[in-house]
Amino acid sequence: MFTVGSLFVLVTMALALVRAVRGPSVYDRIVAVNLFGTMTVVLLVLLGFLTDRPEFEDIALLYVLINFAGTIAVMKFVKYSSLAGPPDGGGGRGAPSGREGDA
Amino acid sequence: MEQAIDIVLMAFMAVTAIVMIRLRNLYAVVMLSGIFSLLSASMFVVLDAVDVAFTEAAVGAGISTVLMLGTLALTFREERPRRRRDLTPLAVVLVTGAALIYGTLDMPHFGDPNAPIHHHVAPRYIEDSPVEVGPPNMVTSVLASYRGYDTLGETTVIFTAGVAVMVLLSGVWRRRRRVAPLDPDAGRVSADGEGRPAHTETDP
Repeated sequence: MFTVGSLFVLVTMALALVRAVRGPSVYDRIVAVNLFGTMTVVLLVLLGFLTDRPEFEDIALLYVLINFAGTIAVMKFVKYSSLAGPPDGGGGRGAPSGREGDA
Repeated sequence: MEQAIDIVLMAFMAVTAIVMIRLRNLYAVVMLSGIFSLLSASMFVVLDAVDVAFTEAAVGAGISTVLMLGTLALTFREERPRRRRDLTPLAVVLVTGAALIYGTLDMPHFGDPNAPIHHHVAPRYIEDSPVEVGPPNMVTSVLASYRGYDTLGETTVIFTAGVAVMVLLSGVWRRRRRVAPLDPDAGRVSADGEGRPAHTETDP
């Protein structure tokens, strides 16, 4: 059962990787990286059970925290170009256009 | 099954690295480098190097992504197209890789109990560290006591680097905030159409 689960998780990781590589907009890539981090966490838990050592689940939990905080930091950088939040008087309406023309 | 997972993870890493080299959009490259370090962290977990995996996830996927995004906010988002092909880096990489592979030829096998590294100081750590130092985790005893000065030096280096980066970034941000209210176009320096500083998009 864990084997089948790992297979599905690996397929999902591949799909997220495809979206991160191709995704035309910034937000596609952010969601892809976030999904990839979540799938890494699930894969780590499944690996722990596959190798009969579920003690490493703590590490997976800490990965979840890092993934969450990292995604918030990336979103703030995309919107405000800094971690400090909106600049004084500038408001938050200056988000970059989501389109980035690249291959 | 674990070997299959290893192979798939390595394939993902190879694909990510090749795409990172080929893409010109630096924002996408930063995102892919986050994926790459998540993948290498999973590889470290598979190889039982859990502490290294944790450092890789925290530093590679967390802090360095944020630092690179901060750098992108100060510079350009697109890499300039290369003028001509230079074969020197390829030659350097090939020679270095060949030397490294040659160096692994007479290494002991992975997990070999007769390897020299398992006979030097490891028996003493295993037998005496609960009495000499105390903590039940031997890695903690080694890092905090047997190699305490080494750990102190590492922490000093990392702390100094962090302070230096914060000083550099805060100086630039403060200067820009002083310039911005006087002239909204002050930061709008277009570099031959290659790309503009990202903050021009946030001007009111």
